Amino acid sequence: MAMLEVEKLNAWYGPSHVVHDLSFAVEEGEIVALVGRNGAGKTSTLRAIMGLMPRAEGRVAFDGTSLLPLGAHARFRLGLGYVPEDRRIVPGLTVRENLELGLVAAGRTDVGAAIDEIARSFPRLKERLNQQGTTMSGGEQQMLAIARAIISRPKMVLLDEPSEGIMPVLVEEMGTLFRTLRDQGTTLLLVEQNVEWALKLAGRAIIIDQGEKVYESSAAALLADKDIQDRYCAV
Amino acid sequence: MDLELILMQLFSGLALGAILVMVALGLTIVFGMLGIVNFAHGALFMVGAYAGLWVAAQTGSFWWALLVAPIAIGVLGMAIERFLIRPLYGRSPDDPLLLTFGLGYVLVESVRITFGTDGIPFSAPEALQGVVDLGVGYFPLYRLFVVGVVALVLLLLWVALEKTRFGLIVRAGARDPLIMKVLGVDVGRLWLLVFGLGVGLTALGGVLAAPMRNVSPEMGTLVLAEAFVVTVIGGMGSLLGAVVAGLLVGIAVSMTALFAPEMATIVMFALMALILLVRPQGLFGRPGAGA
Repeated sequence: MAMLEVEKLNAWYGPSHVVHDLSFAVEEGEIVALVGRNGAGKTSTLRAIMGLMPRAEGRVAFDGTSLLPLGAHARFRLGLGYVPEDRRIVPGLTVRENLELGLVAAGRTDVGAAIDEIARSFPRLKERLNQQGTTMSGGEQQMLAIARAIISRPKMVLLDEPSEGIMPVLVEEMGTLFRTLRDQGTTLLLVEQNVEWALKLAGRAIIIDQGEKVYESSAAALLADKDIQDRYCAV
Repeated sequence: MDLELILMQLFSGLALGAILVMVALGLTIVFGMLGIVNFAHGALFMVGAYAGLWVAAQTGSFWWALLVAPIAIGVLGMAIERFLIRPLYGRSPDDPLLLTFGLGYVLVESVRITFGTDGIPFSAPEALQGVVDLGVGYFPLYRLFVVGVVALVLLLLWVALEKTRFGLIVRAGARDPLIMKVLGVDVGRLWLLVFGLGVGLTALGGVLAAPMRNVSPEMGTLVLAEAFVVTVIGGMGSLLGAVVAGLLVGIAVSMTALFAPEMATIVMFALMALILLVRPQGLFGRPGAGA
């Protein structure tokens, strides 16, 4: 049984039908890249899996539990982390407080130890724990959003365009982090516009176009197939 | 004019402002975090006063009334959020506004039917009657007690919001409910508690205000208008703004009553207009802040 099973998923924003009969699976411990053009339905797919779409139908199962009847908070508690595209660092809170938010639902009381532990993987954050989160650079805010999503050690993390607008050096740092997470057993579903970077990280790739799955293969195969990339992923 | 008289009037303004702070805090907490303008807030202030009156009559103790009535009305507030307001989330902002507007009328009429239309006196306990020498003159002990209770509540509220994990969740939830959902927080339950807290605070204001005036079905109407003024002056959704503006309005009304009594009822509106001209977002509001 795959860790995440998506079967005939359909999702809507009001009258707009944005995800059509989408089916795919993600196995435990792998990185899967979900790529496609802007507006193809990638973000809507992640939002539907996380329970943030106004309307979603079909079947989404995580570790055997059907997700669609559950609220977003209950999905997180099953071990599903989510890093939204716009990062959503809470204004008015310090980096430490933003990180602490990631521990609330886990009910962990050893906040200091958990933050020390996560800060080892994010040295840039360690130096800024008492700084307001929203005053950091875009790349640092992205690191904070990722750290906040993984501080409670979820089984799987949904990442929406983590490299967008980030300096290349930080993107490389992020790639190293994702590989480490995968090696530690965390499963990642990665939505990306930076196709080449995503395909180098991932084991498998899925292309979505106009809300439908149009291609699925190993990431290496798609990386080698420039025609398919140009047809479905070119801006 | 006598300096002692001015100082006494200043203390009176503080006591009046303290009650306004309690009511405005509840209003601004609910608006700032849930985005709901609760037009039933004044009626719930009045229901708090009647609940205090009833508990005091049953137990013979003002202290039980002060403790039990705000909690009971806070629970009533949670029921209102759960069963009446929650189904309206995600719909037009007019819907909860109209609902609470109507609810205010229902509460006032229910109290009229149950307790009658005449004002009912509610005495302060014996221990709080009389006056105390403040060095510059004698001041009613009960009003001093009101200022003390409000200061204590503010301190507890500050500690709860700034120094506890619950407070962190509430502050973050007010700024970005979506991120709290994806971090595992049941935001619906959080709003239930916040609404209950806001209503409990106004009910506490009602019980505290009761010995300073007769308890009547209309007592919430003026308070609601005053609390709106305070909330707008302080900045919609700002807790610090509610505290500062509440005291400011209380003192302004009290001092105007001393120098130009005929202006006392309109001074707060003039103050609001003046502050909005200079800072449209209010004293501590964020520009463009809303629900």
